[in-house]
Amino acid sequence: MSATYLPAGLPAPRPQRDGLDKPYWDGLREGVLRVQRCAACGAWRWGPEWICHACHSFDTRWEEVSPRGRLYSWARSWHPVHPALREHGPYIFALIELPQAGNIRMVGNLLGDPLQKVEIGGEVAGVFEPHEGYALLQWRRV
Amino acid sequence: MNSLRGKAAVIGVGETTYYKRGNAPDPEFVMALKAILAACEDAGIDPGEIDGFASFHNERSDSVRLAAALGIKELRFSNLQWGGGGGGGSGAVGNAAAAIAGGLADCVVVHRSLAQGQFGRFGQAAPIQTISGEGAFTWPYGLMSPAHMFAMRTMRFMHDHKIGQGALRALALASYHHAQLNPRAVMHRRPLSEAQYDESRWIVEPYKLYDCCMENDCAAAIILVSAERAKDMKQKPAFVIGAAQGSEYRNGAGVHNAPTYATSGFNTVAPRLYDMAQVKPSDVDVVQAYENFTGGVLMALVEHGFFGADEANEFLTLANLTAPRGKLPLNTSGGNLAECYVHGLEHHTEAVRQIRGQSTAQVEGTDVSLVISGPMVNPISSVIYGSGATL
Repeated sequence: MSATYLPAGLPAPRPQRDGLDKPYWDGLREGVLRVQRCAACGAWRWGPEWICHACHSFDTRWEEVSPRGRLYSWARSWHPVHPALREHGPYIFALIELPQAGNIRMVGNLLGDPLQKVEIGGEVAGVFEPHEGYALLQWRRV
Repeated sequence: MNSLRGKAAVIGVGETTYYKRGNAPDPEFVMALKAILAACEDAGIDPGEIDGFASFHNERSDSVRLAAALGIKELRFSNLQWGGGGGGGSGAVGNAAAAIAGGLADCVVVHRSLAQGQFGRFGQAAPIQTISGEGAFTWPYGLMSPAHMFAMRTMRFMHDHKIGQGALRALALASYHHAQLNPRAVMHRRPLSEAQYDESRWIVEPYKLYDCCMENDCAAAIILVSAERAKDMKQKPAFVIGAAQGSEYRNGAGVHNAPTYATSGFNTVAPRLYDMAQVKPSDVDVVQAYENFTGGVLMALVEHGFFGADEANEFLTLANLTAPRGKLPLNTSGGNLAECYVHGLEHHTEAVRQIRGQSTAQVEGTDVSLVISGPMVNPISSVIYGSGATL
C-alpha cells in the first residue's frame, strides 16, 4: 500500500493568505487536530470563520480535539475529474462528525478497501497523512 | 398585504439551437444575443424596448455590453443574483418581476448564456497545483466536482428515509421520456430505458451517468413586463404569482457543516413561495425541477410538499411523472438531463409554454406551473407562474 490514499498530483492545500485557517494546517503537520471554538460563548465552529455565529464575538480559540468521530455521510467516486485520478479507480470520501466538538464535520477519505461496504453512523479514528509541505487528516473504521 | 403576486408576467421566451458542448458555431455572447432576439420576436416587441437585464451565477454576457450591442435606449435595471449556480434562476425572474413592480424598469429580460465548449466544463476540476480556502478542505481528498459536492447530501437523505436507486432512476427516465417529444432537445431521439440506466456507470455513488446534467453550448431568454401591459400582448401571459429565494439557517456553512445537511434547501423557501402564490402543492399542474443531479430533484419535490420522504419509493415512478396524465408531470421538455443545460433557464421557457398550451408534452389546462431552481446550492429559488385564471 502506498503512503498516501490518493495518487500524487492533486492540488496541495495552502493556508489562506489572510491567515484564517493557518493554525489548522500547522496542527495537521504536527499530528494534532485543532479546530475553532468561540472564546466568549464556547460554541464550536467549522469550517474556519472570523466571527462566532452564535454570539458575534471575534475572540476565537484554536482548541485541540481528539481525532475521533462518527461517519455522517459518504460517497464513492468512480469518474475521474482530475488528471491525477485518471488511472486510479474508485475511492471513498466521507463526512465525519465530531461529537466531542459540537458535532462539527470534516471531509476526509475513508481508508481501506475502496469497494468496502460503508456504514453511516460507524465510529472512525483520524490518521494523519504526511505530504511534502502539508498533511491531510484521513479516517479509518474502528 | 404587500406582495409581488400577479404584478408582472412573461410575454416572450426564446432560445438558441441547443448543442452538445463544443459544437456551437457561435461564441457564447452571440448565443446570448440570438436568444434575446428570439424572445423579443416571440413577444412581438422591438428589442429596443428592453430596459432591464437580470441573470445569475457568473453570466459573462453582461448587461452593459448587451445594452450597447442591442442599442438599448436607456438601461434602467442591471442585476446579477449572487451565488449558487443554477439556484439563482428563479431568483433572477423574481428580481426582474420586483424591478417592474417597483417601477425601476418596464421591460426586463432574464437571460443565461453558457458555452461550456468555449469556457470550460463544469464537470471537470481545474488542473491547478495548489488550493486555498474552502476547496483546500475538500479537493485534496478528491472531492472536487459538483457531483462530488452534492453526492453526500443525497446519500444521507436516501439513508435516513430508506430511498432506493429506483427513485432516482424514475426522475432520469421522466426527463428523457419528455425529451423524445421535444425536437429542441439534445437527447431527442435518444431514449433511455430502465436497463440502460441500470447498466450505466457510476459517476459518484449515488449518482449514475444519467443522474447527472449534460454539458452544453446554449442560451435562453425570457421577457417580463407589467401585468397590465402583458394583457395586450401577442402571447398569452404567464403571470409571476409566486417567487421566493434564500437559504436555510447556515446552510452555506463551510466544509459541509450545514446544520440540516440532508436537504436541498427549500424547507423555508417553499412555504414562502406557496404563501405568496396562494396555492397549495395539490394545485400545481406541472413542475420543472432543476436536475443538477436527480438527488436534488428528489429532495426538492419532498420539500415542495408533493410527497413525504418516506413515500418517495412509491411515488417516484415514470408513470406518475409523465405528461399529460401523471400525478406530477415533471420536466416536460427534458430539462437539464435531456433538453439542454441552460443552467435551468430552459425550465422557465418550458413552464411558460405550459401556461400558453405550447409545450411538446402539454398538460391540458395548465394554470399553475412551478419552477424549482438549483437544489442543494445556496441560495436557491422557486417561481410559480399562473394563467390569467389564477389572478
